[in-house]
Amino acid sequence: MTQAAASAATSPTSAPGTPGAAAGSSSLWGDAWRRLKANRAAMAGGSVLLLCIVAALVLPLLSPYDYYTLDWNHLYQTPALGAGWHWLGTDALGRDLLVRVMWGCRISLLVGIVASLVTVIIGVLWGTTAGYVGGRTDGLMMRFVDVLYSVPFIPFVIVLMVLFGRELLLIFVAIGAVSWLDIARIVRGQTLSLKSREFVEAARVSGVGGFTMILRHLVPNLIGIVIIYSTLTIPTVILFEAFLSFLGLGVQSPMTSLGSMVADGTSQMQSYPHLLIIPALFLAAIIYGFNYLGDGLRDALDPRDR
Amino acid sequence: MDPTAPLLEVANLSVEYRTQRGVVRAVGGMDFTLAEREFLGVVGESGSGKSQLLLALLGLSAPGAAVHGSIRYRGTELVGAGPRALNQLRGNRISMVFQDPMTALNPYLTIGQQLVEVLRLHRQLSRADARSRAAAILEAVHISEAQRRLKQYPHELSGGMRQRAMIAMALVCEPEILLADEPTTALDVTVQAQILTLLRELRERMGTAVILVTHDLGIVAELADRVAVMYAGRCVEDADVRTLFADGQHPYTRALAASLPRLEGPLPERMFTIPGNPPNPARLPPGCSFAPRCAYVHERCLLAPPPLTVIGPGHRKACYLDGLPPIAGAP
Repeated sequence: MTQAAASAATSPTSAPGTPGAAAGSSSLWGDAWRRLKANRAAMAGGSVLLLCIVAALVLPLLSPYDYYTLDWNHLYQTPALGAGWHWLGTDALGRDLLVRVMWGCRISLLVGIVASLVTVIIGVLWGTTAGYVGGRTDGLMMRFVDVLYSVPFIPFVIVLMVLFGRELLLIFVAIGAVSWLDIARIVRGQTLSLKSREFVEAARVSGVGGFTMILRHLVPNLIGIVIIYSTLTIPTVILFEAFLSFLGLGVQSPMTSLGSMVADGTSQMQSYPHLLIIPALFLAAIIYGFNYLGDGLRDALDPRDR
Repeated sequence: MDPTAPLLEVANLSVEYRTQRGVVRAVGGMDFTLAEREFLGVVGESGSGKSQLLLALLGLSAPGAAVHGSIRYRGTELVGAGPRALNQLRGNRISMVFQDPMTALNPYLTIGQQLVEVLRLHRQLSRADARSRAAAILEAVHISEAQRRLKQYPHELSGGMRQRAMIAMALVCEPEILLADEPTTALDVTVQAQILTLLRELRERMGTAVILVTHDLGIVAELADRVAVMYAGRCVEDADVRTLFADGQHPYTRALAASLPRLEGPLPERMFTIPGNPPNPARLPPGCSFAPRCAYVHERCLLAPPPLTVIGPGHRKACYLDGLPPIAGAP
């Protein structure tokens, strides 16, 4: 009910667009796509995101500059259009800001998406298994989560980095290893309440066994909460990466990420505001895109909400 | 599995839960046999153990339940059977229809997906064959436009249609036994009648034996061949349906029948009710569970529970009292 109201509020034109008669409904995904298209806010968010991704992939190839070459003639250049200029300016070392921001987008998106995927897959499987099996297994699995919660994160990352060297992959592992705990707890709670619903019992009566039950009957019913949670996780993960980079544990210079560019920019924002504003704008655009797309996806994937 | 053995034999079946307030006996010592094509009605008040009995038959008692006794399906013992063996029976040879069709269907899967899932679990069928079989069973339960319904989600169907879809799911593998747990309670009266007619028709056509659990004596009188009356987890009387309604011998059966509203005759000032409440299953009285509410209570009723004894052809009761007079004006 509230979901319906929310989607109506975000997309006032969606009502006439969605055929309420549902003339011969198709698959879950086909339906979802149709409903997503009718949701303006979600489509706007998705477009912004797509634009950022395309720009991040294409622009560095077209630009005459790269992200690590210093230009001693143009230190701290402010944005200026024209041949021979750096369009979005340069940083303290004369590196082209446009190309750096695009590389920053690549890294941040990669970290955000991969780490969130890892988080969601581990968290959902762990949470549903614990919740569905219940009893002693549930107790053991959730105590394991509690133990991991209590491991201090920064020393954990430092140990990882020291043992395995500084690699981008390790950032995914480190962030994923920590953030799946939340989703495992949330999903377990949801599973417990789903488990008592009659359709689970009905499936058991039809002879559906353990793993099929989890993948086919429980996970689809969790899709709403999982999508919302992932879209909240992606920005968190992106900021987390910035924090790690700030400590010197994340992406290493001259490679960069949006988070570390914002952190760099903050220190010089009074003299050279463009160093803060430009990466911050892209970071905001990506986070906006994920939030609205996620909201729309949740509404679109709920078959009851037409 | 022995095809000549009786369809279902239940002997001394009990289901107990260990709780903090002591052992709760949900079902205590049920004995009955279900013959092929037989329609058995199980009646009783809320909490009399009817639903627990059905769940126990499928090995689906909640974790922590202690199930004792014996359930033999075609000679195969089901109590203590492994999950693999039980999963092969569930939905295939023995299936179940639930009370509330609103919650018993998965909201994220189409009707077709749910039917096909059951079929492919138990039958080696191609996807296309399974779909056409699913469409056929929807037609068999009188759902119109079966092809279109297959692609619809549960929320797109009305309550009565969802219950039909549930029944279709239960019958899609042509089981030998259908367990129905108050299948019409959540539906309005006209739809109830349609679903009951459907159940009767399907029993005739497919030869499925049915155990129907309900608190509605009217439904039982209409449909069942044989009736078992449950009270506090035990069977207090069972008989074929005519005998039970004409010559019920247990005081509880009599009291139930007396509390039915009658169409003919003058309207009574007040409807008859059975005084008192069913006993707490954690603290059952040492004697007959019905004794505290029984109009004919006797001293020895309070000492030990009366055994279920045969008092006529196919007629058993658990009561010390003998020979209540036949009910006046009964059919």
